Amino acid sequence: MTSPLAPRFGLGLRKPHYHDFLEGDVPVDFVEVISENFMVPGGRPRDVLRRVREKHPVALHGVSMSIGSADGIDRDYLLRLRALADEVEPMLVSDHLCWTRTGGFNSHDLLPLPYTEEALDVVCRNVDRAQDILRRALVIENPSSYLAFTGAEMTEWEFIAALCQRTGCGLLLDVNNIHVSAVNHGFDAHAYVAGVPLEQVRQIHLAGHTQGRELLIDTHDQPVPDPVWALFGTVMRKLGTDVAVMIERDDNIPPLADLLDELDVARSIARNGSPAWA
Amino acid sequence: MGLNTTKPHANSLGAMQADFRRWLAEADESAAERLPLADRRGLSVYQNNYRAQLMDCLEASYPQTLALIGADAFRSAAAHHVDAVPPHSWTLDEYAEGLPGTLAALFPDQPEAADLARLELALAEAFVAPDAPALSLADIPDVAWDTATLRLVPSATFLALSTNAADIWAALNREETPPAADHDGGVRALILWRHDFTCCFQLMDAQEAALLPRLATGLRFETMCEELVEALGPDHGIALAGELLARWSQAGLLRHPDR
Repeated sequence: MTSPLAPRFGLGLRKPHYHDFLEGDVPVDFVEVISENFMVPGGRPRDVLRRVREKHPVALHGVSMSIGSADGIDRDYLLRLRALADEVEPMLVSDHLCWTRTGGFNSHDLLPLPYTEEALDVVCRNVDRAQDILRRALVIENPSSYLAFTGAEMTEWEFIAALCQRTGCGLLLDVNNIHVSAVNHGFDAHAYVAGVPLEQVRQIHLAGHTQGRELLIDTHDQPVPDPVWALFGTVMRKLGTDVAVMIERDDNIPPLADLLDELDVARSIARNGSPAWA
Repeated sequence: MGLNTTKPHANSLGAMQADFRRWLAEADESAAERLPLADRRGLSVYQNNYRAQLMDCLEASYPQTLALIGADAFRSAAAHHVDAVPPHSWTLDEYAEGLPGTLAALFPDQPEAADLARLELALAEAFVAPDAPALSLADIPDVAWDTATLRLVPSATFLALSTNAADIWAALNREETPPAADHDGGVRALILWRHDFTCCFQLMDAQEAALLPRLATGLRFETMCEELVEALGPDHGIALAGELLARWSQAGLLRHPDR
């Protein structure tokens, strides 16, 4: 049995693995689901979630909250998310530091924010309102990005530190996203890790990416690469132990056994500071 | 310089987001030029992601329609739809709802394409419709039928098709060559619903087409019996009422009156 202070290790629940999770005994401490896939009235998705929840703690991870919208927050969306959360009683409710909605348009892609005081005010106001409606603390994930804005008044890690300090929200640290953005924008990933409030980190995502023509692309469709494992080791050496660590694969989904092997690597790094083969 | 330190827009974040939307949805180069970017290399990544996400959503939502008209024609229609109809909802499920209308406009001589898409959309909606306990054949003896009201399960919907798209769907679902499109034969009235976790549909005969829509808002079983007796006489009327009740219960079409 896992000690409440030890890191917990989990996987994202994806359709090709539904049968494994429903019928088998998958050795994970928690499961993360994409909230919007289950924000439906009924049918098989809700049944799958109910049955998985009977076996595992569940984290709800959203992609449509649009916490960076200058228009403000979508109350109807949040009420539906709250209804789901009230039923699931999740260990965490998270979404991304990004925007997806403006003027009735929804991009269905995680779009970048300028790191300005104005944007910080908007995001803090939206997070406060979301936490009020959800009646629980939000956990915000650092994005990967392909653009940087002129007129930035702070770094991404300074923005996140201020956001956590002003709203009390938690932090979902996606180590792959740090690496992708660090390479794309030429900043030091270790300065990023040193700058974010590690005491606010509730969850860690580990994933892979693809080399595009000019930029790293956050495809989440590859195994976790060595630079991301190395950065994860750095994070775990600095971090307290009460954190939920998971492999996040969104596309090119491999057999469950492959992801469990990757999760064992994460366990080894968390325990020893380096993978077992190093 | 004077004291005017006002930014170009009263709400610069909102203005940036509106311009980003114009770039994504309309490929508006002037909007892209206005974005305050330190490095523009990534702009195309976001536009590619935006379009790929919507195209993937449409392809995943209409596999049979794609199989019927072919991948090239479907992707051309989907690209036209992405250009013409930006997404408005937080859920991609709603984005797929508009495609049958686009197909009807693009393929006026192939109405079976839009019909097939409407059928696929209705099945997808039934798949996630609210749950409710269904009446089974075994439940029938325990219900007080003199006072019970017949209601459809919440997933039940009706669809009127002008072609044989239901037969085409069934053939494609069996991975068989679909029948030739039939544009004659009048309106085909279908009822669709979910039985446990399986979505179903069937053509309604005239009797069912008259009765089943009334069950959407509730129809007392006693009233149905009285109407059938009046139309068909006591023997045939009562027999048909019993037959319909058994058929609908077996299909999982009826909500349990007491649960």
